[in-house]
Amino acid sequence: MVWLNALLQGVLLGGLYALFAAGLSLMFGVMRFVNIAHGDFIVFAAYLLMSTVVMAGMNPFIGIGLVVVIMGIAGYLGQRFVLNRVLGKDILPPILVTFGMSIILQNALLEIFSADSRRVQTGWLETVSIQFNDVVAIGLLPLLMFVAALAILGVLQWIFYHTALGRLLRATSDDAEIVPLMGGNNAHIFGLATMLASGVVAIAGVLLAMKTNFDPTAGPSRLLFAFEAVIIGGLGSIWGTLAGGIVLGVAQTLGAQIDSGYQMLAGHIAFLAVLVLRPKGLFPRTIG
Amino acid sequence: MTSMPPKSLPFDKPALRRGLGGLLAAAILFLAFAPYWAGRADLRLLMEAFGFLALAQMWNLLAGYTGLVSVGQQAFVGLGGYVFFGLAMFAGFHPLVAMPLAGVAAALIAVPTGWIAFRLQGAYFAIGTWVIAEVFRLIAAQFPALGGGSGISLPVAIAKSIGSSTASREMSMYYVAFTIALLATFGVWALLRSPWGLALTAIRDSEPAAESLGVRTRRTKFLIYVLTAGVTGLTGAFIFLQKLRISPEAAFSVNEWTAFVIFIVVIGGIGTIEGPILGVIIFFVLRGLTADWGTWYLIMMGAIAIVVMLVDKRGVWGALQARGMPSIFTISRNLENKAKIAPVDTPAHAEASDTVGR
Repeated sequence: MVWLNALLQGVLLGGLYALFAAGLSLMFGVMRFVNIAHGDFIVFAAYLLMSTVVMAGMNPFIGIGLVVVIMGIAGYLGQRFVLNRVLGKDILPPILVTFGMSIILQNALLEIFSADSRRVQTGWLETVSIQFNDVVAIGLLPLLMFVAALAILGVLQWIFYHTALGRLLRATSDDAEIVPLMGGNNAHIFGLATMLASGVVAIAGVLLAMKTNFDPTAGPSRLLFAFEAVIIGGLGSIWGTLAGGIVLGVAQTLGAQIDSGYQMLAGHIAFLAVLVLRPKGLFPRTIG
Repeated sequence: MTSMPPKSLPFDKPALRRGLGGLLAAAILFLAFAPYWAGRADLRLLMEAFGFLALAQMWNLLAGYTGLVSVGQQAFVGLGGYVFFGLAMFAGFHPLVAMPLAGVAAALIAVPTGWIAFRLQGAYFAIGTWVIAEVFRLIAAQFPALGGGSGISLPVAIAKSIGSSTASREMSMYYVAFTIALLATFGVWALLRSPWGLALTAIRDSEPAAESLGVRTRRTKFLIYVLTAGVTGLTGAFIFLQKLRISPEAAFSVNEWTAFVIFIVVIGGIGTIEGPILGVIIFFVLRGLTADWGTWYLIMMGAIAIVVMLVDKRGVWGALQARGMPSIFTISRNLENKAKIAPVDTPAHAEASDTVGR
């Protein structure tokens, strides 16, 4: 029964990891670059939520909306004015620039908020749970977060396949050099892709802030979780990414059930096992 | 790519090259006698700089020539350190024997990790190597004999086996560091001047072209990955001998052993042997000037890395070379003395690397 409970908690955790992964996967899909500061942006969004809702005492929904808007605008501007300049066939410049951003963000957060670990309290939401028996129970907050993650992934899927923006993004993903010939503006499309990804990152940060403790150095491990979920699920598929997040989440909670020291290790080993056995991931994209 | 108009320096190139070579030789000679003129604090700083130089040369060999951008080299620094502690403390090896053995162990372990990491390409390879380093960090924390998560100090007796007095110990340690730095720098030079180097330079300039000319690119890259892991592990063993204490956090620190090393290489100039040397000097001067800035110093390092990428991604030495600065460590043979045929003796990395690692 404890194992069933661990499994359930892992699935719920997987929703959050899928959200971490969706932003990373979106940027890689459209621009072919990996944002090393991805996890730090998630943590930055968590601090933004804390500043608006906890410190400035805003209404939580307005606060969340504000975080999404700020992150989206910052993402668009950052892409247009910094990242677009270093994108190219050489993979090193974007890696280095985002590595630099990661270090700047971590230390700036450390300077402003100190190294203390923080959490955004959600009051009664934290204590209510759905009890199946003595051992198996699902907390309302994790359940709501899982549903929120599913909803965001569903919205992303809808944007990709049912809107003009989605068509542009898919076209850019397939062949970024042809899109300008058809009247698209790559610099703008890249900006929009990062804006969308940053919106997802903002939501991921909000959920992270409510779910766990975070501190200025929490970013890199979030980047690794996101990356692992993407690779486990298979590149280029949103629902594959969800599956990847769930596999990672379940591996971590099962590992933690054996010994609390094995939580992270079990997740990494699940990732390495998938990489060895199925290098293309569990659900590789079959059609372009 | 952006081609700089070749603004020539106001010097005769061969004379400048001889001058720079002489300067380098003088600096090496000067440093060879450092224990006789430098104070303890200076010696420690030099040892640290030599450690970073060796790491930077290895990262540069890996990323600058084979296009394998790893952000997980801390895996081998930490591994070298831990294997060294294990061999010295439990197998009773003399530290000077345990150090190279730790390097060999790091190279051997790089074979299976490389086999896994090579399944990922480009930027994903970078993060994959980071995951592997995290796995090593978490495993290291599971060994209670080596201090578990909180770390362990090297017993005094082992430190004393290098030299009975503090002065003699520090002198031996200094020469170990000096040797490692020279080995890394001149080893890379010798490698690049060998037929292997020809293959590596070809891979750097264009991987498909190298492949089509018969270079076995995958095997070459794999061997370079294993070789750099070995020397990185050896350097790691030395670094933690100097620190006398090891913990998973310190041993597998991504900031210390990878971010700083990448900054050194990139600021100095990737894809050149002079770049890491110049980068280490710049890094230590900046660090010395901003020592009491706390976190602002790290913020500045991050900003400098971004600015270098935006302004001229070839780094300081690469930018100088594009303006006619001759190489000190000559790798290619050209005819510039006899006839004005070859304009620059090595193509600047920025232009060359466009096709690497794809």
